[in-house]
Amino acid sequence: MSAVTSQPARSRSWRERVFGAAAFRFESLLVLAALTAIMAVLSPVFLSVSNFFNIVLSTSVFGVLAIGMTFVICSAGIDLSVGSIVGLSGVVGAIATANLGLPWPACIVGSLAAGAFAGWVNGFLITKGDIPPFIVTLGMLGVARGTALVLSDGVSIYGLPPEVVYLGQGRPFGVPAPVIILLLTALVAHVLLIHTRFGVYAQVIGDNEVAARAMGVRVERHKRLLYALSGLLSGLAGLLFAARVNSGEPTAGLNYELTAITATIIGGTNLFGGRGSIVGTIIGALIMGVLQNGLNLLAVRPFYQQIAIGAVLVLAVWLDRINSKEGRRR
Amino acid sequence: MSLLELRDVRKNFGAIEALRGVSFSVEAGSVVGLVGDNGAGKSTLMKTITGIHRPDSGEIRFDGAPLAGRDPGDIRKAGIEMIYQDLALARMRDVASNIFLGRELTHNVLGLKLIDAKRMRVEAEAMIAKLGARVKSVTQIAGLLSGGQQQSVAIARALTFNPKLVIMDEPTAALAVREIEHVLELIRTLASHGIAVILISHRLTDVFAVCDRIVVLRQGAVIADDPTAATTMNAVVAHIVGATDAPHQGAAR
Repeated sequence: MSAVTSQPARSRSWRERVFGAAAFRFESLLVLAALTAIMAVLSPVFLSVSNFFNIVLSTSVFGVLAIGMTFVICSAGIDLSVGSIVGLSGVVGAIATANLGLPWPACIVGSLAAGAFAGWVNGFLITKGDIPPFIVTLGMLGVARGTALVLSDGVSIYGLPPEVVYLGQGRPFGVPAPVIILLLTALVAHVLLIHTRFGVYAQVIGDNEVAARAMGVRVERHKRLLYALSGLLSGLAGLLFAARVNSGEPTAGLNYELTAITATIIGGTNLFGGRGSIVGTIIGALIMGVLQNGLNLLAVRPFYQQIAIGAVLVLAVWLDRINSKEGRRR
Repeated sequence: MSLLELRDVRKNFGAIEALRGVSFSVEAGSVVGLVGDNGAGKSTLMKTITGIHRPDSGEIRFDGAPLAGRDPGDIRKAGIEMIYQDLALARMRDVASNIFLGRELTHNVLGLKLIDAKRMRVEAEAMIAKLGARVKSVTQIAGLLSGGQQQSVAIARALTFNPKLVIMDEPTAALAVREIEHVLELIRTLASHGIAVILISHRLTDVFAVCDRIVVLRQGAVIADDPTAATTMNAVVAHIVGATDAPHQGAAR
């Protein structure tokens, strides 16, 4: 018995390496292109530069959420609390500066810390309490939103420092600042997910948690870090949202968990864990952005957008199930 | 001094006494067969050694240092590898990353510790070739390999980091006859290189073929511990099923 290395097998796997490094679902790129083409035909203003910035700007907030979600779903978890944490962190950041009069960095630190803390609590309850992620983060969805409403007394907190507002409204080199922040976050997250132990272990935990533990991965500690990361990125998204509208809104990010999960799944991250892609997630987030923007331009009432996003989520998972069943038969 | 020494190891799961005071030892370069009926506590015992379970009481020493309470990664570092019955592979990852699972090679890129996938591939290829395993390419996805090939990957992983003790849980259960012979040969090779092996198996012919000593576990206790030459298939079977119901009879003989 000797090691047989057949050339075709190797060259195929090399091609897989080149594309596989990004490991996104190719179909998602086709969907994005098709959707863009359809919207361009239907609406004359869709293809303008200013509308392009509109799309990426609105994509940036739930794009950041979807990046955190990618790590969590990779590990076979779920985080339903991200939308509520957007609201909470924005309110905390606004209170720190507008109400307490602290200097502007306190707004940024406050938002990020509030998000990371809520996420860490999620991870703590999931690992120490042995409660399913679905339940813990559903609970946090209520707790974080409620806390945001209590802290803000249910009203918007206006007047963020100009330095912070710049993060939401500024345009360095003509590009909206949130878009730059999204791309930088995505770049770091991509390297983290594919090229570091942290990201690989997130995927291995989702792939085979028992094996991960047996091979020495500190599974519980790792999960706490993953949920804290998702919380931290939710805090960043909350900061971007607040900076863009120049106020801490307790209702900010409502239903964003739906958009973030949908973007992640249609980007090719396996709903049941084990494999994920940041590139795919960004494509998925852009699909969501184009869909919302296009429906807006076509003057479709916003209520229908919720229906569309929900339908896309279920459709994407359904197609994935059909695909994987056929794959097994082959 | 023995390589691995267990003294009075106990482990309960709620009201169930899985291990009731297990003591035995393994010498460097020896092959010890661990047999017993389903539920005798073999897997619990091994998972207690590898750090997945924490013993309630008792002492486990490896290479002179206490093991109890250390985590699985730490215990692998100390030189104990286990090949699990379900193989413990990440099914969506390729062969190379499975072989280095938990011990990924890294290199510095701009001050960041990044995984060195290329070196992992090269070294995994070398390991697979050295074992003569029939795995076409280390970039194949583990979950798509045959049972025998997956077994090879699990074995390669256990041997890549120069272990002092390898625990094999039913390594031949899913294999064809020719492949079984290959695994038994591998066990002999390991022993001749001074690596100790604990072999858990239901196939007593395999156990008798390669083991220096046979330990029988029954209801969470060691009921016999004899050199292979000093026992017979019938005696071992009798111990396993409890026909001779006096604990430590074998050890006292």
